Amino acid sequence: MSLPMRLSDALWRRPRVLLLLLLVPPLLWLGIVYLGSLFALLAQSFFSIDEFSGLINYEFTLRTYGELFRAANLDIILRTLVIAAAVTIAAAVIAFPIAFYAARYARGRWKALFYLGIMLPLWSSYLVKVYAWKLILAREGILNWLLETLHLDWLLAAYLSLPVLGGNSLSVSWTGTFLVFLYVWLPFMILPIQAALERIPPSMLEAAGDLGADRGQTLRYVILPLALPGIVAGSIFTFSLTLGDYIIPQIIGTSARMIGQAVYQFQGTAGNIPLAAAFAVVPIVIMGIYLTVARRLGAFDAL
Amino acid sequence: MASAISFEGVTRQFGTVRAVDSLDLEIAEGEFFALLGPSGSGKTTSLRLVAGFERPSAGRVRIFGQDAGATPPYRRPVNTVFQDYALFPHLNVRDNVAFGLRVAGKPRPERYRAAEAALEMVKLPGYADRKPSELSGGQRQRVALARALVNQPKVLLLDEPLGALDLKLREQMQEELKSLQRSLGITFVFVTHDQGEALSMADRVAVFNEGRIQQVGTPVEVYDSPATPFVADFVGSSNVLPSSIVARLTGHRHPASLRPERIRLAEAGLAATVTGASFLGAATRLFVEAEGARMSVLLPKGALVPDTGSEVRLDWDADALHVMTGAQDG
Amino acid sequence: MHSDRASLGLKIAAIAGLLFLHLPILLIFVYAFTTEDTSYQWPPPGLTLRWFAVTWNRPDVWEALSLSIRVAAISTAIALLLGTLCAAAVARSRFFGRETVSLLVILPIALPGVITGISLRSAFNLAEIPFSFWTIVMGHATFCVVVVYNNAVARFRRTSGSLIEASMDLGATYFQTFRLVILPNIATALLAGGMLAFALSFDEVIVTTFTSGQQQTLPIWMLEELVRPRQRPVTNVVAMVVVLVTFLPILGAYYLTRGTDTVAGQGK
Repeated sequence: MSLPMRLSDALWRRPRVLLLLLLVPPLLWLGIVYLGSLFALLAQSFFSIDEFSGLINYEFTLRTYGELFRAANLDIILRTLVIAAAVTIAAAVIAFPIAFYAARYARGRWKALFYLGIMLPLWSSYLVKVYAWKLILAREGILNWLLETLHLDWLLAAYLSLPVLGGNSLSVSWTGTFLVFLYVWLPFMILPIQAALERIPPSMLEAAGDLGADRGQTLRYVILPLALPGIVAGSIFTFSLTLGDYIIPQIIGTSARMIGQAVYQFQGTAGNIPLAAAFAVVPIVIMGIYLTVARRLGAFDAL
Repeated sequence: MASAISFEGVTRQFGTVRAVDSLDLEIAEGEFFALLGPSGSGKTTSLRLVAGFERPSAGRVRIFGQDAGATPPYRRPVNTVFQDYALFPHLNVRDNVAFGLRVAGKPRPERYRAAEAALEMVKLPGYADRKPSELSGGQRQRVALARALVNQPKVLLLDEPLGALDLKLREQMQEELKSLQRSLGITFVFVTHDQGEALSMADRVAVFNEGRIQQVGTPVEVYDSPATPFVADFVGSSNVLPSSIVARLTGHRHPASLRPERIRLAEAGLAATVTGASFLGAATRLFVEAEGARMSVLLPKGALVPDTGSEVRLDWDADALHVMTGAQDG
Repeated sequence: MHSDRASLGLKIAAIAGLLFLHLPILLIFVYAFTTEDTSYQWPPPGLTLRWFAVTWNRPDVWEALSLSIRVAAISTAIALLLGTLCAAAVARSRFFGRETVSLLVILPIALPGVITGISLRSAFNLAEIPFSFWTIVMGHATFCVVVVYNNAVARFRRTSGSLIEASMDLGATYFQTFRLVILPNIATALLAGGMLAFALSFDEVIVTTFTSGQQQTLPIWMLEELVRPRQRPVTNVVAMVVVLVTFLPILGAYYLTRGTDTVAGQGK
């Protein structure tokens, strides 16, 4: 009997071995390269840094986690959460009509167009998208030009004078950061909502109409509850991506930091790996809570 | 006759569930054999044990006397027609049918000739260049049949082969399968949940319930002399009289099966109350209750249908009442 | 309601949303032709093709591009192998810990990139692995697995399990079954997954900043330009080319999986 035949026989006799052979390479890679690194990082969050020598003190301590609760660091965490929440809500509001139209009304050619119209921005280079907004928000850029041409520049000036939201120009304001986040993550919100909406059988909407619901009532009592898992699924992306990003706020925004930037700077310029690790745990914990709640709401069926 | 397939105390366990529970069964060479039972009764698992897709947790499956325990599916002299046909979507009909010869290393002209012949046999010549997705359900079924037969198996296994077809096509295919089996002279083992199909096609039937065989016999034996109340009810939905009534009528303390079409309304006999009736077209089914037992009576076309609530008397020929001496009240 | 036409408000909101997604990208295309080279002035004072020639002659851009392509190609190859194996195991059998395996595959992309990046960096430091081409590949392959996995697992699910049984029933060994039945049936899904993995790797910047040492992939080159703009016109041209280059695999993946119930690319 030939060797392949003999190997094949052996695999049939021991189906578990086949399964093991399939699983071992990916699990080795992800287990060692990825999980190994992740645990190595998390382990370091239980060390501390010697404030005088700047060296890492390899003794178990919760002191580093305690530092997270300093006012400055707490500020960073809260700020990031507020931005992430704002981006998520705005993305849901803008995404819903697009997803709704694409799922329920677009047919044939239009359907394909909508699909690609969402996929192409989703997959376009992240940096290019950020760069595009740098062009748009620049002082000499298209937005200011447009407002000047329409003689609405006083409106922008008034807006920029607002505390917190405003600033010297849009590209160094929280509004700018928010806009870019919203733009970059929006497709991640549209797709799961569209998937959820497409699963609603049309007969269900007809039944709602048949029972006397008008458009608004159908939307409110039938479509929205059924789309909720999709919205929650989308919010997982927008929320998680905003929590961990450090490039967008660095390029467009104020000098106040977000979690991602803090992690980046503590491990880089500051050389405080334990604190960076502890900061990295924050989004993991937040997303852990978020995912648990989302699972309860059935969001994973919409992924 | 030599035995083609034999199960010797075969058990197949999935977790804590025994899909097949200490099965003993002999299927003779050249037989058209039906495994009949409701879904989850273990009939499909039994078939898969023969094909080699499942392996017994205990016991032994023999194919032509040889223990198949160490033989993978690709070296068993059996082929399968799958319930969903499992045609390869990326291959056309010719390559689907010739697949078995291809993996056996037969040269192209030979395997294409054999494929054409097999398609001829299942009355589907001229379809060789189509893709499976371009065929109707009935045509796919024939391709699946041709593909399984081209390897010239000694035993053909059919898993609910007609389940997905509509009624007319099903009746036609029953006839064709029957004559195909007669002309090839090989053993056919087929799984079905349709008792009518099993009775009309098979030489012998094994009735399964909850992983165990309830009865093995010819269609006539299974229908006229059900061994257990389950068989009586599942095969042709018989009335099962409780042992209390049977004891009074015959003296045996066992339940008995009484076919609805063997009962007539008469002047004297078992007293019963009519509880309802439903019109079936060729006959009318009358629902009655006698001494606490619900029964149904099949009235021939033209017979007078008594009103609901009226009292009737039920009578039958002595041989119509089959006492299940091996069974107790369920 | 289903057959009704969409209300005007919905239509406007949907189209406005799509425009919001696309106009900024189109803007990049205009800037690639502007004659202005020191600011982001709008409208462009004039149009020129000059910057394409300038960019063409920039060795640093070519080096970054070449590195990005090599990294993406090798990461994609690793991801194809690992993702397919994992999908085959998860789709074909129910085993203890099946959910955990899916979670493990998705985790590198579900957690913020900064965490994956810093984890790998500190692990490389601890293991005293010097930063190189291969450290970049290790990072990229890790998060590309999920894209291949998603595509492959969807196709495996659609491919009826009885096809494999049918093949073996007809006399094919495991290896023949893989070559003659499984591979032809999952090929387009793998190709689509591979294209998406390539696009993902080609564009990745966050993890790369942590694992690249001195080498510059194209996104790292762009990031430098974004933080400290030196060659605005060259950046404009590179941005436009990057958009065009990433569109190709996305369109390809879309056409490969069109008409199936899971279209590629939803799991970025």
